[in-house]
Amino acid sequence: MSPQPLLTVDGLTHRFAGARDGRPAVGDASLALYPAEVVAIVGESGSGKSTLLNCIAGRIAPGHGDIRYRDADDRWLDVRTLSERERRTLSRTEWGFVEQNAVDGLRMGVSAGANIGERLMGQGQRHYGRLREQAYDWMNRVELDTDRIDDLPHGFSGGMRQRLQIARNLVTQPRLVLMDEPTSGLDVSVQARLLDLIRTLVSRMHLSALIVTHDLGVARLLAHRTLVMREGRIVEQGLTDRVLDDPQHAYTQLLVSSVVMP
Amino acid sequence: MKRDAMSQASNAVLEVHGLSKRFTMHLRGALELPVLDQVSLDVSAGECIALAGPSGRGKSTLLKCLYGSYGIDSGRVWLHGDDGTIDLASASAQDVLSLRRRAVSYVSQFLRVVPRVSALDVVAQRILEADPAVLDDEAYAQAFEQARAAARALLARLNLPSTLWDLPPATFSGGEQQRVNIARGFVVPSRLLLLDEPTASLDLVNRDVVVSLIHEAKANGTAVIGIFHDPAVRDAVATRTIPFE
Repeated sequence: MSPQPLLTVDGLTHRFAGARDGRPAVGDASLALYPAEVVAIVGESGSGKSTLLNCIAGRIAPGHGDIRYRDADDRWLDVRTLSERERRTLSRTEWGFVEQNAVDGLRMGVSAGANIGERLMGQGQRHYGRLREQAYDWMNRVELDTDRIDDLPHGFSGGMRQRLQIARNLVTQPRLVLMDEPTSGLDVSVQARLLDLIRTLVSRMHLSALIVTHDLGVARLLAHRTLVMREGRIVEQGLTDRVLDDPQHAYTQLLVSSVVMP
Repeated sequence: MKRDAMSQASNAVLEVHGLSKRFTMHLRGALELPVLDQVSLDVSAGECIALAGPSGRGKSTLLKCLYGSYGIDSGRVWLHGDDGTIDLASASAQDVLSLRRRAVSYVSQFLRVVPRVSALDVVAQRILEADPAVLDDEAYAQAFEQARAAARALLARLNLPSTLWDLPPATFSGGEQQRVNIARGFVVPSRLLLLDEPTASLDLVNRDVVVSLIHEAKANGTAVIGIFHDPAVRDAVATRTIPFE
């Protein structure tokens, strides 16, 4: 019944140089992500969840552990031993990364349309009319006013920038999207709209996504499964509703009971 | 975990053997709350069993264990289907999610609303989730329109005013939210249907609509397990009652 995973992480440990207490930022983390599955990594600041995501993305070389990705040709790639060039290719074709701060994920000096077109051009598309058509289409999909296609993202609000970042990532139809706190720092109403957009796009495109968030509500809304991290360790993982409604670990019980219900 | 189909009770959709569930409250000094102890039952296709007994005896907990929202400590829970038998007590998250899309539906006591999604789409999306094919934009729009038509028909049958259909249910009354929840639970035919007080906040007219929906589900071969505090509803739909003392 269960298909093969798309991504597996096995025994991943990473210690930052000079960490005072010697505790690893991520310790012995193992997980699998299946096709069309959304998995949330939740935990408080300093729990190691962003470090884990950055290790998976290849932005941090972890001290130990195994990260494997099954590519579109059904080959298992050892993410840690990919060359810089291979990793770059992967990250602009089959992978996407949505940064918490849109400024880090956008090119602020070029227009919204050019931001969306960049990955397509990276894949060799050169036809201006086609690029513009797709940029137009994606601005519509993420509910951005297409009249702003030639505007720089500087004049965009936080929510608009985040939607542009999502369009820029999804335009090449990636198979795996990593998101680091995609909605934090936004106003609540903007957040709800963005979450709804992510939810719709992910299910429409059958994307696999790993979403790092400190917000259990985000996990509840978006994720099929949830992993709970504390002090670098994954302390609990399972179906999102089971983790949130029947938490087993003392720390998860504390997290769940600390949420203020509206 | 698969099992020889020959040994299953005739027509059984679900067989529960010795299911136990306790909660450990780590924030209360690891206080142990045993809720279900060695529960066994079975439900056949077309049957509706009512879980009866006072509050706090674990009836809702049992439904949540069967749906997978709660883990199961021990016991076996066999869900039989044409494609084999799966033990819900040990099923993987992927298997549970797949069963929830096609085989098992659950009407909870309270609707969990998703911001910005209209009542109509809360119901229509349940249909789309049941068959998550990769569709191009045109085919998707067409599938969504068909799903919306089915959702409209059911919401109309449940007498939800059409002026509410395009609004998110967050601001609806309890009874209105409950009807959206019921529509979501019934709009896709399921093998196993779990109902937690589906008529608790409904008036008599809508109560009767839910009773007919349950009758129709049974006639379609759905196995139903429900908690019905209203004795009239229970008498109307239940083929058997399981006491929770």
